[in-house]
Amino acid sequence: MAGGFVYTAVESTAMSTAEYYGNTLAELGRAHPEIVALTADLAGSTKIGVFQQEFPDRFFNVGIAEQNMFGIGAGMAKAGCVPFISTFSVFAALRSADQLHTDICYQNVNAKIIATHAGTSFGQAGSTHHAIVDLAVARSLPNLVVICPADGVETANAVKAAYEHQGPVFIRINRGFDRVLYADPDYGFELGKAVELHEGTDITVIATGSCAFQALQAANFLEGADGLKVRVLNIHTIKPIDKEAILKAIKDTRRIITVEDHSVIGGLGAAVAEIMADSGMACGFKRLGHPDQFAPIGLHEDIMSIIGIDSNGIIEAVRETMGKDFEQDDNWEDEV
Amino acid sequence: MALTKQEWLALEKKAHELRRLCLDTTFWAGSGHIGGGMSAMDVMTVLYHKYLNIKKDDPNWADRDRFVLSKGHAGVAYAPLLCDFGYNDMEQLKTFNLTNSKMGIHLDANKVVGVDASTGSLGHGMPIAVGMAFAAKVLGKDYMTYCLTGDGELDEGSNWEAAMTINHFNVNNLVTIVDRNHNMIDGNTEDIMKLEPLADKFTAFGFNVIKVDGHNIKELCDALDIAAANKNGSGKPVLILADTVKGAGIKMMENNYKWHYGAIDETMYEQCKRDLDAYYQARVERAEKEAN
Repeated sequence: MAGGFVYTAVESTAMSTAEYYGNTLAELGRAHPEIVALTADLAGSTKIGVFQQEFPDRFFNVGIAEQNMFGIGAGMAKAGCVPFISTFSVFAALRSADQLHTDICYQNVNAKIIATHAGTSFGQAGSTHHAIVDLAVARSLPNLVVICPADGVETANAVKAAYEHQGPVFIRINRGFDRVLYADPDYGFELGKAVELHEGTDITVIATGSCAFQALQAANFLEGADGLKVRVLNIHTIKPIDKEAILKAIKDTRRIITVEDHSVIGGLGAAVAEIMADSGMACGFKRLGHPDQFAPIGLHEDIMSIIGIDSNGIIEAVRETMGKDFEQDDNWEDEV
Repeated sequence: MALTKQEWLALEKKAHELRRLCLDTTFWAGSGHIGGGMSAMDVMTVLYHKYLNIKKDDPNWADRDRFVLSKGHAGVAYAPLLCDFGYNDMEQLKTFNLTNSKMGIHLDANKVVGVDASTGSLGHGMPIAVGMAFAAKVLGKDYMTYCLTGDGELDEGSNWEAAMTINHFNVNNLVTIVDRNHNMIDGNTEDIMKLEPLADKFTAFGFNVIKVDGHNIKELCDALDIAAANKNGSGKPVLILADTVKGAGIKMMENNYKWHYGAIDETMYEQCKRDLDAYYQARVERAEKEAN
């Protein structure tokens, strides 16, 4: 494996990512009496205890029954409440997929799904609790806005934006502590708009979720070590995706790497590939993510390293992509 | 809300008109889920024409009672009811199931006025209805939610998840009604997947189970009165187990699982109309005899 960074210790913050969600939900709850919270025996794990304590009459624990919970949430939304439905992402996307599809998305109700333990962030639990196909499911559902925040601060921004948006929203967040990408919440979060984390003209790394921090680390390293100017885009909104920023990256840098803690099928990489293919502009391209197989058991950072979606993996992929001569024709414009 | 003879006869007349309209819609569409439509029609007629606190001129009134048709395939019965009620243009029934029609087999709440929930995938209605009942409490509203499920769809586990919730939270502003027509697509419910002892199961889940003849207006009203009296009370949540006949009123369809979904030609259509008229006459006679 190429040089770069070695994990030493998990950088911790005052709050886990889910705690940012829980506190933001409570804050929204104080201002908006129609907000309710639903859980399926995971109030503790999804950190909505603050809301539960403050608003016991607006908190519903339905037991271990995700289908029921999504149906109830849809019914509450149809009747004027704004439900925040929390469970692990693998269950939100799969166990209750029919209710998500029909009750929430088809009816286009104003329900918010907070899908925790995303990707392999609950790595030790194994594939029953890994969510590496959730984006593929959520992204293909009409009416659903899909957000994959990079850290706790971005989660708080996403939860607020989800409330402001009229219609169903699916936010997938990690278990535990994310590496801190944003110290300050006022960095210009806007639903559907990519955030440029690092300027660059040689290649663009498009990342989502916990991989955004890794991509930024890789870009900083490559600038010093290889003299490469790596543009880094944090795509927090998977749908509607920032097509404009992606097309601009293709035109400006002509080399794209996507990175996500999700299968390479159906998630961010697939979304970017679709945009690239539709544009007719071929470019150097590589998707980093889980190959078409279930992930190993282990610590989140170890799994990220094993499948190459950490900074080391990104550095290696950038060097490989930079070394490839993919261009058949230097001038796209004359082929349009 | 005791049922007067006049009301009973008026409800019989309305149910008959709606059964005819359900037949017409099935004929116009070429085919439809007429069997389960006919078994559910009396329950829906009684709800819409006696119990539901809804406004004809304001279908989206925030304080209205809610109705969730969990057995969404009975749209061929529900659509005529909603058109007849004045929520949708009657002419729409003639385009039922046609390409680009607002009305298809399973009614879309975003397209058909008066539909409180889009259903079709079975086992979804009860949880949605629980959510509507919860929302009434949260938002300080006094409306009642009614949910009509099929019996075959009770094979879906999500119903029992909702049943546990109704019991745990003692959801009394919700009335669950089961259209127990004994048949599903592949055959009799007891041959495909045993439901019995169904009343005992719901009793064990914490309901006050009221068994009625689902085609007896008086019995339906008596049960709904008990549920209404218990609204927001401390009694057990009410579940009305309505014993019904699939294809009720049409001889060739009655209690015949093969008429879960079927096509009707001109000859059959005429015979069905005669059957329904005779069925209505018999029911009027019963009402005349049994009404106080």
